[in-house]
Amino acid sequence: MDLDLLKTPGPTVTALTAPFWAAAREGRLVIQHCEDCGSAVFYPRPICPHCWSERLVWKDASGRGRLKSFSIVHKPGHPGWLPIAPYAVGIVEIEEGPAMLSFILREPGEDLAIGTAVEMVPTRIGGQTLPAFRQKQSQERA
Amino acid sequence: MTTARSKGAIIGIGELRPQRRTEGVTTLEMLARVSAAAVADAGIEPYEIDGLLVGPQVGETPQHVPATIAEYLGLKPAMGNVVDLGGASGAGMVWRAAAAIQAGMCETVLCVLGNARDDNPPRSPNRNPIREFDVPFGASGANISYALFMQAHMARFGSAAEDFAAIAAWARHNAQFNPDAIFHGKPASVAEVLASPMVASPLHLYEIVMPVAGAEAVIVTSVKRARERGQRLVHILGAGEKITHRAASQAPDLTSGPLKQAMASAFAQSGTSAQDMNLLSLYDCYTIMVALTIEDAGLCGPGQFGAWLRGRDLSFSGDTPLNTHGGQIGFGQPDLAGGMTHIVEAVRQLRGSAAGRQIANPQLALVTGNGATVSEATALVLGAD
Repeated sequence: MDLDLLKTPGPTVTALTAPFWAAAREGRLVIQHCEDCGSAVFYPRPICPHCWSERLVWKDASGRGRLKSFSIVHKPGHPGWLPIAPYAVGIVEIEEGPAMLSFILREPGEDLAIGTAVEMVPTRIGGQTLPAFRQKQSQERA
Repeated sequence: MTTARSKGAIIGIGELRPQRRTEGVTTLEMLARVSAAAVADAGIEPYEIDGLLVGPQVGETPQHVPATIAEYLGLKPAMGNVVDLGGASGAGMVWRAAAAIQAGMCETVLCVLGNARDDNPPRSPNRNPIREFDVPFGASGANISYALFMQAHMARFGSAAEDFAAIAAWARHNAQFNPDAIFHGKPASVAEVLASPMVASPLHLYEIVMPVAGAEAVIVTSVKRARERGQRLVHILGAGEKITHRAASQAPDLTSGPLKQAMASAFAQSGTSAQDMNLLSLYDCYTIMVALTIEDAGLCGPGQFGAWLRGRDLSFSGDTPLNTHGGQIGFGQPDLAGGMTHIVEAVRQLRGSAAGRQIANPQLALVTGNGATVSEATALVLGAD
């Protein structure tokens, strides 16, 4: 089944997080950076979680990262995902530092491995464009 | 063992038998019944309760929970609070009760958790970072989060599926000595655990707690008062607590958790170590949680829980009694009250009153609580009188 046709719950966007989702719609991954302590920040916040500065600015992320962990979900926690189960989710540590949970795209028969380099792939899921990831070697094969 | 460091006394316990469904029963009714059981067990009168610690989730009562429960029970406490630490709430209540007593706020505290269960549990609308940044990508619920911890452990240390399954098999084995356990009469071998359906790899169904209805209660007072009343007591020798994150994706470490610091504090306060414990009463929502706790306690090195388990006997009559009530994996998880089952069982064992499953030499017990996704941690060291 096409991921785009899934009836899955979309993001609960707020004014603060709107720039992240607006960029996602354009196929970009943006995260906050603290102009005082230099930390990269994800998920979006009103103050830097490291130094509590309010001087946070949005910057494009490289979209590159590394798979920190993953799970193949056979029994989804939300029924909207049932049509495509089993599917993969993972924790991606992006190059800028923070970690984020994401959907992991797989080629048929492709195994996932912790530590593998991954790359962001804008993906239509449940009627919206979301930043999913896939392992780099699978992208080269494709 | 010395009780010189005792900071409080547990004098009463209550427990309702776990059930899969409680149609038409309210959570308040269950809390009232289990509180009455704990008061009767303590041999005190209800009016002596002047402190009340409750959980945040009382289905029909989203706000003003202590006042609602106090009114329902006819109590007029001088200290009331919600402890909101997920599965660590029960253990978190015990040291807070002792602290409130030492601060002179009250003398005898009822710590109570419970939940009714029907097909239409009330759900509040979620507006939080997990709902916004995890759920849209396909990660809903705790199973996936714990699977992410487990996969990371296997990748880093080469721990085997059989090592994790052994934890579930021991829980099911121990449940055979607890007639109230939801899996009493239903043991499961390592092979059967591994043959159970994959829920979220690498987690199998039998490695996950079964949700049940139930309720648990504990009554805490001062050692002085317990002595004056001639009550059977179990000492609160040490406590520790640590919170490091909420979502699994934001965890600082996927192969160790906040219990490491919480347990270190509890051991330091009590002047004990993990090796001194006669009972390990370890929070077990999933097999991975027990594995992490064994390693974080210092019972073995990082990644070594599988080797540590092999050759050990975790039953009440064995060399390393661990979750003698069956753990939540064998007993059932009555929501937040599940964490309190580990306290109630430890009190039974340290009193020498665990009929049919009494451990030898019950002097010291480690109790752990864990909330959210290896996020909220509370550890207690309890001692016999």
